[in-house]
Amino acid sequence: MRLFLLIPSLLAGWLAATPAAFSQDVATVRIAYLTQEVEHPPALSNLDEPPSDEGLAGARLAIADNDSTGRFLKQRFELDAVTVPIDGDPADALRELAGQGHRIVVLDLPGDAAGQLARLPEAANLLLFNAGSTDDALRNEACAPNLLHTMPSRAMLADALAQYLAVKRWTKWLLVTGPRPEDKLYAAAVKRAAKRFGAEVVEEKTWTGEHDARRTAQAEIPVLTQGKRHDVVIVADEIGDFGDYMMYRTWEPRPVAGTQGLVPTNWHRAHEAWGAAQLQSRFKTSAQRLMLPRDHAVWAAIRAVGEAATRTRSTDPSALTAYIKGPDFNLAAFKGVPLSFRSWDGQLRQPVLVAADRSLVTVSPQEGFLHPKTELDSLGYDQPETGCRQR
Amino acid sequence: MRTFLLAALLAGCAIPAAVPAWAETIYVSNEKDNTLSIIDGATLTVKETVKVGRRPRGITLSTDGKLLYICASDDDTVQVMDLATKKILHDLPSGEDPELFALHPDGKQLFIANEESNVVTVVDVPGRKVAYQVDVGVEPEGMAVSPDGKWAVNTSETTNMVHWIDTEKRSIVDNTLVDARPRYAQFSQDGSRLWVSAEIGGTVSVIDTATRQVAKTIGFKIKGVAKDKIQPVGVKLTDDGRYAFVALGPANHVAVVDAKTFEVKDYLLVGRRVWQLDLSPDQKRLYTTNGVSGDVSVIDVDSLKVVKSIKVGRYPWGVAVKG
Repeated sequence: MRLFLLIPSLLAGWLAATPAAFSQDVATVRIAYLTQEVEHPPALSNLDEPPSDEGLAGARLAIADNDSTGRFLKQRFELDAVTVPIDGDPADALRELAGQGHRIVVLDLPGDAAGQLARLPEAANLLLFNAGSTDDALRNEACAPNLLHTMPSRAMLADALAQYLAVKRWTKWLLVTGPRPEDKLYAAAVKRAAKRFGAEVVEEKTWTGEHDARRTAQAEIPVLTQGKRHDVVIVADEIGDFGDYMMYRTWEPRPVAGTQGLVPTNWHRAHEAWGAAQLQSRFKTSAQRLMLPRDHAVWAAIRAVGEAATRTRSTDPSALTAYIKGPDFNLAAFKGVPLSFRSWDGQLRQPVLVAADRSLVTVSPQEGFLHPKTELDSLGYDQPETGCRQR
Repeated sequence: MRTFLLAALLAGCAIPAAVPAWAETIYVSNEKDNTLSIIDGATLTVKETVKVGRRPRGITLSTDGKLLYICASDDDTVQVMDLATKKILHDLPSGEDPELFALHPDGKQLFIANEESNVVTVVDVPGRKVAYQVDVGVEPEGMAVSPDGKWAVNTSETTNMVHWIDTEKRSIVDNTLVDARPRYAQFSQDGSRLWVSAEIGGTVSVIDTATRQVAKTIGFKIKGVAKDKIQPVGVKLTDDGRYAFVALGPANHVAVVDAKTFEVKDYLLVGRRVWQLDLSPDQKRLYTTNGVSGDVSVIDVDSLKVVKSIKVGRYPWGVAVKG
């Protein structure tokens, strides 16, 4: 019944809208999305096949969302998605996009690549969003005036977890770090968070990754987790190599948190409050899968551009950039509070979800961690602590 | 008011204005219990809890006050309850995931916001069929019909607009941009102004109906409550044009706004996550649904004091008061 009626009404709407809404006086906002294929390391757990369009699917939905407002304001949004091959150079791709006249580019790249691209002479006049990297360096010494971040930093994630563990009074942590460089960065953020929120890393262990955890976990993990008295085991294993195997195998009966177990993240499939159920369901319809963290970070970046176009009634990239960086900018991103960009490092301040596999456990900042401006700034590098001098 | 008069006349009351508040009954939908709490206005206690469809949210009375329309969101339907017997008479086709709706003054057309499919479904109530649908922005939520029946307005939460549907042309003829995540819309008694709350924007826009331009944007500030916790949702205006009440969600307060000067006069502490509001027919009491604390706060309009809180089901959402 509904479908039957909907189709003619959509058609009628389309026909009615065509002359007015899509005539030549419709202005276009062009947004580029730049990502690179990565070689997936041989993770020991092969349960989840990572989708090839994580990030891009978020971009597509955000464009559709922007267009829905745009059709009432005679604005339309165009996405140019570029995927650089494994052996390609994202810098070349960015130069090419700038050459084509693009002014707004969402970077979905790991590590510090976004910082390097932001320093290219061709990027000086661009607005770049980092939606793919949690690197704290990008928000500190490697920051750039033309670079904003919609993905939370490792420091924000670790602080979000630390606040909750502080509320639980699980303040003695055993930290197990994987062998990869990013695991060490995660561990550094965890140690920083412990200091900030009154917890203590009582002992540190390293997972060397020499054995296949599926075969040896039962023997190795009890030995690895013996040591000083602790309340919780924190794992730093960003690729998901061994963290899942810690649970239920520790020497003492202790919960596991960090990159596995109880995980701080910008987006999670169990999140449904504040209208998030609608975004989850809209995403699922559009991408035929669940929304993942990078999808949300890319979505937020493109929605930020859409919001600026709506509020300024402009499609001029300079006007949009000024508005996004200005004091009036607010983004509704299904996290219960308005989000905005920190002036000192370009980071999108946002609540961080703390979730187990199938349940949302809590959302940080936790009540009681006060801040003179906004409690959201109790997560990550606050203004007095920032190492960003380039902005 | 008309509803009240009619009900009062039917009940044989001679002087409606003098009827004390005891005459009223308060209906509250409990979103996470799939029930309706029925509160007796005289004792302010729950006298009955009735099972309804899944995830009941918006509720509204028929113009004669005999029926209650209930958005059963997860059943994708609007249920029609006979208030005398408390039985569901039948369902109305509602489109997907109905959340909020508004009844046309003719009592025959129900305008329903379908949050998941970005349309407004207009139901022919006596015919029990869909009359037409209108495409709107992303996540339509708030619905209101002007007292003269000319306008049906819808707010879309992600598009951040008020869509003005001309009920004769059956299409959108204008759009007004408001602040982020508009949730609820209500016309003034004379229809000259539309009040729209913006949950994430933290404001209420007062829109001039004639020009469809925002005449005033009202902000809120409560001592000791973080700015980002102030999230306006439900709005109710008194018929005399004196007050606008605004439910501020997780700020746990109802703002009292002077509806003439747009000045915020007071903030009343109610239960947690205050959501929707309704006035008693004599306009002497305001009832609020408080989702997290699972109760209803009763506010005395003359003294602007919270006089009672009444425990209801889990996650009370909609409220409707019958004289």
